[in-house]
Amino acid sequence: MSLSAQYLWLIPSLPLLAAAISSLLPRRARRLSSALAIGALALSFFISCAALSTALANPAAHLTHNFTWFELGNDPVRLGWLLDPLTAFMCTMVTFVGTLIFIFSLGYMHADENFKQFFCFLSLFAAAMLGLLVANSLLLLFICWELVGLASYLLIGFWFYKPSAAAAAKKAFITTRIGDLGFLLGLLWLYDSAGSLLLYDNGHGVLEATALGALGSAATVGGLTVASAIGLLLFCGAVGKSGQFPLHVWLPDAMEGPTPVSALIHAATMVAAGVFLMARVYPLLTPDTLQVVALIGAITALLGAVIAVAQYDLKRILAFSTVSQLGYMMLAIGVGAPGAAMFHLLTHAFFKALLFLGAGSVIHAAHHEQDIRQLGGLSVKMKLTFATFAIGTMALVGVPLFFSGFWSKEAILHAAHATSGSHFPFYAALIGVVLTAFYNTRLISEVFFGHGRSRSANHAHENSAVMTTPLVILACFAIVLGFLGTPAYPWLQARLNGETAVHGHSLFEGVGLMVLSIVLVAIGIGAGWMLYGRKLRLNATSPDPLATVAPRVHAFLGARLKFDELYAATFGLLSSFLATAADWFDRYVWGGIVHFLALLGEFSGTVNREADEQGLNAGFDATSEKLRGTGQAYSRAQTGDAHGYLRFLAIGFVALALVAIFGGVA
Amino acid sequence: MNALPLLSLVVFTPWIGAALLALLRGASPATTRTLTLLFSLSTLALSAVLLTQFDPNSLSPQFVERHTWIVALNVHYHLGLDGLSLLLVLLTGILTPVALLASWSHLSPSPKSSPSPTLFPSLFLLLQGAALGVFLALDFFHWFLFWELSLVPAFFLIKLWGGPGATRAAYQFVVYTIGGSAFMLVGFAALFVATGTLDFAQLAQYARDGTLAVKLPGGAHQLVFLGVFLGLAVKVPLWPFHTWLPATYSEAPTGASMFLTGVMSKMGVYGFLRILWPIFPAPLHTAAPWLIALALGGVVFGAFAAMKQTDLKRMVAYSSINHLSYCLLALFAVSYATGRNAPVGPAASAALSGTLLQMFNHGLSAAALFACVGILENRSGGQRGLADFGGVRSAAPIFAGLCGVALFSSLGLPGLNGFVGEFFIFRGVFGLHPAAAAIATLGLLATALFLLTFWQRVFHGPRAGVTATAFSDLSAVELATLVPLVVLMFVFGLFPGLLTGLFNPLITSWADHLTLP
Repeated sequence: MSLSAQYLWLIPSLPLLAAAISSLLPRRARRLSSALAIGALALSFFISCAALSTALANPAAHLTHNFTWFELGNDPVRLGWLLDPLTAFMCTMVTFVGTLIFIFSLGYMHADENFKQFFCFLSLFAAAMLGLLVANSLLLLFICWELVGLASYLLIGFWFYKPSAAAAAKKAFITTRIGDLGFLLGLLWLYDSAGSLLLYDNGHGVLEATALGALGSAATVGGLTVASAIGLLLFCGAVGKSGQFPLHVWLPDAMEGPTPVSALIHAATMVAAGVFLMARVYPLLTPDTLQVVALIGAITALLGAVIAVAQYDLKRILAFSTVSQLGYMMLAIGVGAPGAAMFHLLTHAFFKALLFLGAGSVIHAAHHEQDIRQLGGLSVKMKLTFATFAIGTMALVGVPLFFSGFWSKEAILHAAHATSGSHFPFYAALIGVVLTAFYNTRLISEVFFGHGRSRSANHAHENSAVMTTPLVILACFAIVLGFLGTPAYPWLQARLNGETAVHGHSLFEGVGLMVLSIVLVAIGIGAGWMLYGRKLRLNATSPDPLATVAPRVHAFLGARLKFDELYAATFGLLSSFLATAADWFDRYVWGGIVHFLALLGEFSGTVNREADEQGLNAGFDATSEKLRGTGQAYSRAQTGDAHGYLRFLAIGFVALALVAIFGGVA
Repeated sequence: MNALPLLSLVVFTPWIGAALLALLRGASPATTRTLTLLFSLSTLALSAVLLTQFDPNSLSPQFVERHTWIVALNVHYHLGLDGLSLLLVLLTGILTPVALLASWSHLSPSPKSSPSPTLFPSLFLLLQGAALGVFLALDFFHWFLFWELSLVPAFFLIKLWGGPGATRAAYQFVVYTIGGSAFMLVGFAALFVATGTLDFAQLAQYARDGTLAVKLPGGAHQLVFLGVFLGLAVKVPLWPFHTWLPATYSEAPTGASMFLTGVMSKMGVYGFLRILWPIFPAPLHTAAPWLIALALGGVVFGAFAAMKQTDLKRMVAYSSINHLSYCLLALFAVSYATGRNAPVGPAASAALSGTLLQMFNHGLSAAALFACVGILENRSGGQRGLADFGGVRSAAPIFAGLCGVALFSSLGLPGLNGFVGEFFIFRGVFGLHPAAAAIATLGLLATALFLLTFWQRVFHGPRAGVTATAFSDLSAVELATLVPLVVLMFVFGLFPGLLTGLFNPLITSWADHLTLP
């Protein structure tokens, strides 16, 4: 199978078509709408496989197909499609995981009255994400990027009648848009300096040597090169989309959406977009930029893991673990290992989708109970969900050798260790490993072990096959994917680097580091087991062991380090101040000046009238008395009906205009 | 040369309709409505004819009609159409019928509620013809007649069919705009005395070859520029000459608001492009840094002031200030960069194309938003506060969908029409004045904030306020109002080439020949 880049547009277009058709279908067309969505995405998956095989045949090539969108000035605006291993791997992953999530949604959303709408939005989401992946133009990428934002807005706020969901959707849109403004400015700068936004264009693209050389040598303020400044601005966009510190606040709130949406947004698609963007424009990133990327990534990795420790909401714990794992990916890009970042992105997509769908399975079974204190004992009632969830957790934690997350995280740790820059990211990543193991052990213990602590937990039972089958498939991938990139045979990283040969090391190269990380995982799991597994929670209200040790710290973590409060007190206040000021200025300052001028006019009018009345008019009055008789005759023509006047005004006006024109001609 | 005076037909057919309707005051409601729609659609039909014969590659005006009119004053009846005019004629042709549909109930009201059954449609058609005259006239004399005449029907439309504060708003609107125009008239009188002509092309030629600077030396030149500038700045409006706008737009009846924001605000921007920029390139260049600051004021404060509004119509009105300020920002940035040694052609053509696209697209989306607020008002008995509604999406999903598209188009979402113009304005402005582009992004953020607040408060959440009881989805007429606009939002969002194809050679030649006299 091979696929020319010319036909790459089919991959996003099929889901887009499905979305368009289903938006026009009536509400009752549930089966048709879901069948369209799943069918279109599955078809896109097969095309993506063809694309992957084409890309792997010649991994160093960037196959492109560029075309003119519209004429503007002397240089038409051009867009294009790009096929290389990065695009192909991502497309295959997104379509595959996406299809499974869509199928899972059949069961999960079964009872929802807006079922049809849900599949319409899902398709739109997939289309936007896939468009972003195949774009060979940063403009097209940005367009799809914003459409991803729209689709996430629609899906997070899917239960729009819930005020909390409506608020979360808006928050996600606005927060990511803040980052997008940076992205936009970077884009504009790049457009202006390079004259094009095509990534690859036979030597004229922005990621090709000529442009990179020019951008890297041009200096701007503060000793930065133009390339560094543009890179940092583009990174702002990635920070927003990928939930990096300090714009991570939207991500946990986005849990207001239905759980399959969380799986789609937080595993396979939206949040991956930022990491993908950085990997895509990697040739443009300078050491200065990379340093910042690594730093932000490290802070995010640590921050997400720390906050996750004190959350009680099942989905929020997973959300913060996503924040943390995305931090790892950014960190990997920052230390110069985009291959490792993409490896982790791919494995994470599978095991995090598995975890979210597993959580969905639990929530669906437990009548929408998602507080881990209320759950418990589900390992017996939901064996399949438990087994697959456990596999996902072990992949996330990085349990050695047999789980994909171990290998991809290892690759990142090695890269962070080997970097010539600061070692802060490396240490942050190590601490993150302990914390990840710890909070996941807590999660598993609270949800699956012991006894059910609420009616909903006690009445839970395993879901139907339409929901469990995707779990099983994802669980398999959560294991085997790791073997694509082991140090012994780093096939994936080699292909992403454009190499056909794979330079394997010994499986145990850098074994010291590997042992260290295994020990750290063991410490994390051990501590988690000591606190939560050994002595299981008795009832829903008994306090968290950590809360009894350090109540204030725990409360602070539970409140997510009060970032929301901080932003409300700063940016929120600033924007409402600006709004008030703008409004006040209009009403009182500009409005006041206008009123003053009006008063001035009125005053001078009064003065004039008085002068006229008292001085001039007195003499005329006598004369006009005589004229009055004549006036009376004419007054009969005046009906006093204002609208009659208007009508004659209109007629006379037209007649005059016509006479003037045609009379003037003669 | 065409045998038919096509452009005169474009301008005067609506007026003939107005006269006819004024005479047929006893006609049945159905006849009135049909006639009104037919006459308002004449522009669209004639534009179709124009489109088939229009040659985008010709840079001079086409379909020219030039006749001696008043010999003593050297005044000519001079109509002509280039890409810019054609774009606005098209916009007028699309928006007028739609605006009339939005005021459907005014087209044949019960005799008691309205002064005269055919007054509303007559005034509307008068307004349409006047606006078209502005877009096609190439001699100041009748250009100014059309410009001022457009105020008269607008005044009565607002005063007679507007909200509770309509009288005050209508007076403010007319006095304010005439106040601005008076300066412009004086300015042109001075120009006439100095040069002996009122022909735009002739005056621009004098400006290019330096004759104007000789004939109007020093301070007089600046003063004349200032006068013309004031007239146009009030009309657009440029911040801070905008205080008449929120009251006027919000008190006007729905159809008139749509026309005011969709078409009449473009008259101002058109004036900047057709008159001020070509005739006063040097003073505009000198003033550009200040004007950029004012345009930024409109972009940023317009958007932030919109956040503070609780009246939905005022909110949409403020968003218009914000959107039109982008157009002016781009033009000022081009003027600012004129005469620079570095090549500015690509950035300038992006900025100017963006301006034209934005003029057209803002017309579509702002008119659609006013139509949506009008639909809300119809169902709430005149209430249109942010807090008066809730959960409309549950009650009227089709309306919610169409209004959502309009909101996101106004917000600049890619894929819809609003994005392309804004993006290329930013692209151009960044190349010409990066700091201005960076500050203007604040406006993008604030716009997203208030439009999503609008959407969230009115459409989301549980059904509340007016929506809590019966709230019907769109009627056939309302669908006919919104659907064409929404379809066009998609069409021009995906295929902006349909529009840029009309004016690209023109813009490119402007951008490639930026010089100061």
